Amino acid sequence: MQTALPYVIAGWSGFFVMSVELLGGRLLAPTFGSSIYVWGAIIAVFMLALALGYLAGGRWSLRAPSVRRLGLLLFAAAVSVLPTVWFGPTLLDAVAARLPDPRFGSLLGSTLLFFVPTFFSGMVSPYAVRLLVQERTTSGRHAGQLYFVSTFGSAAGTLLTSFYLVLYFEVNHIFGGLMGVSMVIGVIAWFGRGQQ
Amino acid sequence: MSVRHLLACSALALAMLMPALADAQRLIHSERSLYREVLVYEDGPIRCMCFTRNCRIGRQTCMNTEAPNRFVMNYTRMMMTALFLNPQPRSILIIGLGGGTLPQALHRVLPEARIEVVEIDPAVVRVAKRFFGFSTNDRVHVEELDGRVFVKRAQREGRQYDLIMLDAFDHEYIPEHLLTREFLQEVAALLGSQGVLAANTFSSSRLYDHESVTYAAVFGTFYNLKQDNRVILATKGALPERDQIARNAEQLRKAFAVFDIGVEKHLRMFSTTPDWDRRARVLTDQYSPANLLNLRE
Repeated sequence: MQTALPYVIAGWSGFFVMSVELLGGRLLAPTFGSSIYVWGAIIAVFMLALALGYLAGGRWSLRAPSVRRLGLLLFAAAVSVLPTVWFGPTLLDAVAARLPDPRFGSLLGSTLLFFVPTFFSGMVSPYAVRLLVQERTTSGRHAGQLYFVSTFGSAAGTLLTSFYLVLYFEVNHIFGGLMGVSMVIGVIAWFGRGQQ
Repeated sequence: MSVRHLLACSALALAMLMPALADAQRLIHSERSLYREVLVYEDGPIRCMCFTRNCRIGRQTCMNTEAPNRFVMNYTRMMMTALFLNPQPRSILIIGLGGGTLPQALHRVLPEARIEVVEIDPAVVRVAKRFFGFSTNDRVHVEELDGRVFVKRAQREGRQYDLIMLDAFDHEYIPEHLLTREFLQEVAALLGSQGVLAANTFSSSRLYDHESVTYAAVFGTFYNLKQDNRVILATKGALPERDQIARNAEQLRKAFAVFDIGVEKHLRMFSTTPDWDRRARVLTDQYSPANLLNLRE
């Protein structure tokens, strides 16, 4: 449990991020189009949020790291998607009315909606590394395995979302499903056996 | 028999004998854009704009260089019959330029009408001007922008059009945000009380059902024309009756002959009978897998 959960959380977090990113593209298209620069804006925001999340996650792992807190990160990322579900299109249209250039409009729009959930998701990986690594000699192996599950999760999230999920479900229902899974894993991490 | 004739005859014979090998298409121009590669091929007098090598997947637009006014593609003929519903639109919006066949023809029939074209790809605009005789003037304008971004902005500015044409899809890729109930509601908001919408869309695949119910959800009953492609003609107000349409068509008979658009042939194609699965799911901004549905038989 103690080692399995960090891997599960990192893998699911990878899935979550890419699924949200693809749905972000769908959410932005009615307002800003689906041009390459709209995708450019979305991807840039996700990359930047992940980058800063890595930094913050590493810092946070210095103080009393626990699987519980790792689960909390997953929970926080899920909750911060709620504004997107509640008033995503309204907010994007309001941005477009003030910032008509679709390049900067989509950059601001995706920052407002997706920076926070992606930032929390970015915190997961370095924090999980801290929980997994017991000694220096095996640290590289653990980091490698963690990158593997996290990026594998991302690949699965990308493929499942773009091939199947959007074919069967509405965007908000997919967001709901993603949040649901995150919360369930978060709760397991919080109350699971052997956690402090 | 001149050498040219002999060559032409042998080329023809070759083309008939070896259809698989005969690839008479000649690439005359290619340019890369932000979105794709825009290619211009010539096959005898027929010049086409394509987005794939050797026009593998569909031709965007074609013209006959020996008779530039005559339409080459059937869907453009069907699109023009939107004028049967309202023969005198004064303001026209066209989403998707292609080679500019439709704006050129509409400008010829209605020289006083104000025509606005929205095209996302600047390379398509350049190629249309250079190879397909498209030109802008004080009546014909083109704006390089995503169709939906334009429509939302026009709605905010309270603009109105008498005729809107949607021609933004190609055979391979559909901009999914241009095929949802919300988009069509925004388009309907731009139509004046006598406004007509003409949409060039799909006639095959599972998408046909979904697209049909989506248009029906916004416009109610519409005229459905099918030949290769499918063209939807819808109105904001009541759909004109057939005798009204026939009378309008008569007015346009002479003008349409120039483009090789047969009036009777097209009147026969007007149908309001639903030939789709009415239980299909309506496409919305929340549910818009148009490209995935288009892959399904």
